[in-house]
Amino acid sequence: MTDSSSTHPQEPVLIIEPGRTEKNYWADLWRYRELFVILAWRDISVRYKQTIIGILWAIIRPLLTMVVFTVIFGRIAKLPSEGSSPYALMVFAAMLPWSLFSNALSESSNSLISNANLIGKVYFPRLIIPAATMVTAFIDFLISFIILIGMMVYYQFTPGWHMLLLPFFILLALLASLGPGLWITALNVKYRDFRYIIPFVVQFGLYVSPVGFSSKIVPEQWRLLYSLNPMVGVIDGFRWCILGGNSPIYMPGFLLSLAIIAFFLWLGVSRFRKMEKTFADLI
Amino acid sequence: MNDIVIKVENLGKKYIIGHQVERGGYTALRDVLMQNARTLWNKTKDLARGKPIIQGDTMEEVWALKDVSFEIHRGEAVGIIGRNGAGKSTLLKILSRITEPTTGRVTIKGRVASLLEVGTGFHPELSGRENIYLNGTILGMTRVEIKQKFDEIVAFAEIEKFLDTPVKRYSSGMYIRLAFAVAAHLEPEILVVDEVLAVGDAQFQKKCLGKMGEVAKGGRTVLFVSHNMAAISTLCEKAFLFTNGYLNKSGTTAQVVSVYLQAGSLKNGEIVWTGGIGDDFIRLYSVRILNCSNSVSTSFFSHEEFFIEFDHVREKSSDSIRMGFQLLASDGVVVLTSEDGDCDDLKYRKRGRYRTRVSMPANFLNNGTYYLTIGAHIPMQRIIFLEKECLSFVVERTGGVGGHVDDGRRGLIRPLLKWYDER
Repeated sequence: MTDSSSTHPQEPVLIIEPGRTEKNYWADLWRYRELFVILAWRDISVRYKQTIIGILWAIIRPLLTMVVFTVIFGRIAKLPSEGSSPYALMVFAAMLPWSLFSNALSESSNSLISNANLIGKVYFPRLIIPAATMVTAFIDFLISFIILIGMMVYYQFTPGWHMLLLPFFILLALLASLGPGLWITALNVKYRDFRYIIPFVVQFGLYVSPVGFSSKIVPEQWRLLYSLNPMVGVIDGFRWCILGGNSPIYMPGFLLSLAIIAFFLWLGVSRFRKMEKTFADLI
Repeated sequence: MNDIVIKVENLGKKYIIGHQVERGGYTALRDVLMQNARTLWNKTKDLARGKPIIQGDTMEEVWALKDVSFEIHRGEAVGIIGRNGAGKSTLLKILSRITEPTTGRVTIKGRVASLLEVGTGFHPELSGRENIYLNGTILGMTRVEIKQKFDEIVAFAEIEKFLDTPVKRYSSGMYIRLAFAVAAHLEPEILVVDEVLAVGDAQFQKKCLGKMGEVAKGGRTVLFVSHNMAAISTLCEKAFLFTNGYLNKSGTTAQVVSVYLQAGSLKNGEIVWTGGIGDDFIRLYSVRILNCSNSVSTSFFSHEEFFIEFDHVREKSSDSIRMGFQLLASDGVVVLTSEDGDCDDLKYRKRGRYRTRVSMPANFLNNGTYYLTIGAHIPMQRIIFLEKECLSFVVERTGGVGGHVDDGRRGLIRPLLKWYDER
């Protein structure tokens, strides 16, 4: 394409006009893939600089939450697990997508502001910045996945063929956070209020999502309504993959969660693209 | 070879700036609450409609750039000059797609790399090596390109020994050298550069200028913004002069630079405002620079005293209004700030018409062009008027301390200090 640095007979012609949205926006995004990679790499390599235990933080946080939840919900409140699976394993199967979602959401919604210097000085498709933060959250996810394997060995729990579908749900969790993340980070450029909303939403969401308990304990007539929370579908999906037949998916609710995720993704991308042009003037 | 690579038609950029309306007298808590509630409601409405929110109560439209049209041919090096706020940086931001124009159209053929700042995206925690890759990619180089030029970049920056040290441990000189080295090895068809040479020591600046010259001679198109007329003259054969957002003059560098310098020096020995500027506290009617024989002038010898004279009317008696000036060197460095209230007997002024003078001592300024910004304010409260760089004058090289030497004296000022023998 246009990657060669020598003078080309067929030079790209760029037209700048007010209100003009580039026709080749998505192609442009592809051309800037190296920037995406390097920004993601920067975020990862800087993330645990100047910490003592470094990357272990990615293990400790979900592990401790899991222990607390198992004790409170499983031992003290004596809530039922799913099928015959151990309670701790059930909680951790939900901790994984939840921390992936919440990390990705909080990082991406602050991403534009923390990269304000880039936005004011260089052009690139702005979508790259929040998208690159997804990678950081994903790496943290992979690390805490090791705990899951350890727990499976400990409980001598063999996953079934369902496990092969896990990547699909990982993608779903990322998309579920990308949609709202894009919207909020764009709004954050103008209204810094949103930076205070996110920590609250994440904390709140941990309790309204079926992380510490099984979504089966929600009364049947409320389950569809409960699935309006897109993370319900994602978490159920994770449990289905990891715990196998012990945790069947509630289909209508799952489809609803999918639709909500798709809606937020559309909303996020379209809002983001609409506001993108004015970022440099506002930040 | 003569084809057009950048074509700009009727380009304009409007900014909306909010102002806080001042409320005089006493304000009741109720009024404040009502006001806040109203702003909150308006902001919520704007938010719902997706309109930008403006801080403040009233809005003002400012055209940072208006009706600008020009063409640039392949291989040309064009200098862009103008005072601060003339619209140069806005133009560069539009050309590099960072911000969108309000009106008009730009057509660009070829890859653009813009350098509005050195070291964009540098991360203090990362090492020099890592930052070369990071910064290079941000500026639009591919990984392969960076790899090829890596050794060259490191050699240019002279940081071989510190390649794996985090850049937060670098001295500021090393930091800038590294940043410029990466930027200097960009090879786009069109290079847009903003004032980056204002950084670093003189020797490094020379090196940077050389590198820029190489780029321009290599057949690439270069757009170069600077206040450094010498650099513009050596690098560019063509130049544009911007004044208050308009393209004032375009032509050969020599022509345009002389228009710029004249506009800055010959005309502006005196400014008269019919009707005056200011408010119902103070109105300024004219300002002039006088030489020691009391005539308006814009050229002085260093060993002569000269004066700045203000004709102003105080509409109310007050002890809180301060009128003064800022003296700027030709590169924009503020040499000093002074105001009438510095002298105790001018702190309180009765109503009436005044002609006030301030004396600039002999044997003080070095040779060069200087600008004066004139203003009045109520300290800690508000600015009444501010006329940026409205006057200018030249201090001649001859005369005064070191005036007989061809190179003159180095330094911002050229004072006659008292030397004496102790024994």
